[in-house]
Amino acid sequence: MQIGQEGQIETITYKSEVKNLNFYYGAFNALKSINMVLHDKKITALIGPSGCGKSTFLRCFNRMHDLYPGNRYDGEIILYPDDVNILAQNVDPIEVRMRISMVFQKPNPFPKSIYENVAYGLRVRGIKQRAILDERVELALRNSALWEEVKDRQHDLAFNLSGGQQQRLCIARALATEPEILLFDEPTSALDPIATASIEELITDLKNKVTILIVTHNMQQAARVSDYTAYMYLGELIEFGVTDTIFIKPKNKQTEDYITGRFG
Amino acid sequence: MSSINNLEEIRKIIDQHRKWDLAFTVAGVLALMIAVVTFIVLFAHMLIDGAPRLSWDFFTSFPSRRPEMAGILSAWVGTTLVMIVTAASAVPLGIGAGVYLEEYASKNLLTEIIEINVTNLAGVPSIIYGLLALGLFVYQLGFGQSILAAGLALALLILPVVIVATREAIRAIPVAIREGAYALGATKWQTVIDHLLPYSSAGILTGIIIGLARAIGETAPVITIGALTFIAFLPPAPIKNEFPFLSFEWLTAPFTVMPIQMFNWVSRPEEAFQFNAAAAGLVLVVMTLAMNGLAIYLRYRMRKTIKW
Repeated sequence: MQIGQEGQIETITYKSEVKNLNFYYGAFNALKSINMVLHDKKITALIGPSGCGKSTFLRCFNRMHDLYPGNRYDGEIILYPDDVNILAQNVDPIEVRMRISMVFQKPNPFPKSIYENVAYGLRVRGIKQRAILDERVELALRNSALWEEVKDRQHDLAFNLSGGQQQRLCIARALATEPEILLFDEPTSALDPIATASIEELITDLKNKVTILIVTHNMQQAARVSDYTAYMYLGELIEFGVTDTIFIKPKNKQTEDYITGRFG
Repeated sequence: MSSINNLEEIRKIIDQHRKWDLAFTVAGVLALMIAVVTFIVLFAHMLIDGAPRLSWDFFTSFPSRRPEMAGILSAWVGTTLVMIVTAASAVPLGIGAGVYLEEYASKNLLTEIIEINVTNLAGVPSIIYGLLALGLFVYQLGFGQSILAAGLALALLILPVVIVATREAIRAIPVAIREGAYALGATKWQTVIDHLLPYSSAGILTGIIIGLARAIGETAPVITIGALTFIAFLPPAPIKNEFPFLSFEWLTAPFTVMPIQMFNWVSRPEEAFQFNAAAAGLVLVVMTLAMNGLAIYLRYRMRKTIKW
């Protein structure tokens, strides 16, 4: 607990807590005893050199690894407030994916219309009424700052959009189902600087609506958008804390070396 | 080693290497010509012999002892009906098996053996399928020497083609699209029905058409089953004017198909029948080429609308 600006008591709430997480691709131990938290309605960035396991870690949150054989989780990712371990055997990965959405590295719209792309998550949940779909699609497109650009051509093929627009469409698609956590896997690495700026702005705007976990290669990006930063190296979480602290006064020598560009 | 830097020398070496380009170009064009020219000569020969016989009557007449009266009515109707049975059985079975192998089956030794065998099945001589169908469909299951038995035999024959085409079309869909669907909470079935099958439909359709184009010209398995060579009546019509309007009696009817009609005419001593055979061959080749053309068009359209 801490005292907020206007003297009210502001509670620090965790959306999720990772407890002693290990992950294995077959025999390879890709994540080693990770412990960290996701603060509710805050942005947490995962940084680290290529192959450090940050994407692997991210993909644990929506059980993406279940799609491929030979993968194994060990440990817990607790989701609050209902205190459920989403890695537990008896938790259906599909249920997890309905609560935690993901935006991928390269924009991956379906070869369908803009409208159908955004509506798909809702259709999967069995929503069929046109009025509800229309409303939710519009809201999601507004929240991803795409509405003004596409409102007159919602039934055009999504492939006709530019790369940046496609990525915002993917964000709209992930937002339409009102997820509790939104995962971003290097969402701007395939985009030009202008599209990158618009996506970053969007992510910052989304902060008050949803808890965000973002993997990024770009340290400036992590510094610009995130509230908390985790530095990973070779499958281990080296340092985790408030972004400003990590970037200005990292406790760990390795973190400092990476952030100052001496290696990585 | 001054020659390495000598421009004259370098040019000479390049010229020498270029000669191989030229040599291969000539050899390649020759190889291509052998295939293309052979086909053109065959086709032209058939065209010259057969074209004069092509007329409305040729399509609407039954075979006859008199060559000028003979037609291919029973043959093309038989071929059409057999193809309907083949498509109706090979398409759901082939797509089902392909989707299962690609999306559902866990990757282990057993599925690997099955996969290799499916690919190998495409190379089994067609007469073997005929023997299998004779034993299984004609005698064991009692379908008789019927359209049903022939259609099913040809369906078995093209099943590997459909399975492989389905798997390849599905595999061509980027992992990111598949993961995108799963990440939204779709089940396997929803991913298959809403995404994988629609996005791979053109590729699958191409495979089906190529399979059917192969089946349409198959003679050996159909002969093995016991198609008639001379048939002067049509199978019962599939549509009746009294309830329930649809009839499936035609499935059990005896039949003949285009290649058998051709074979029958070719083996006649009278020269006039050779012209009939050429004309029937012309119809068959045009049918096959039209199907292949459709497959090429579909592939072209798919590439235009869906670019990964």
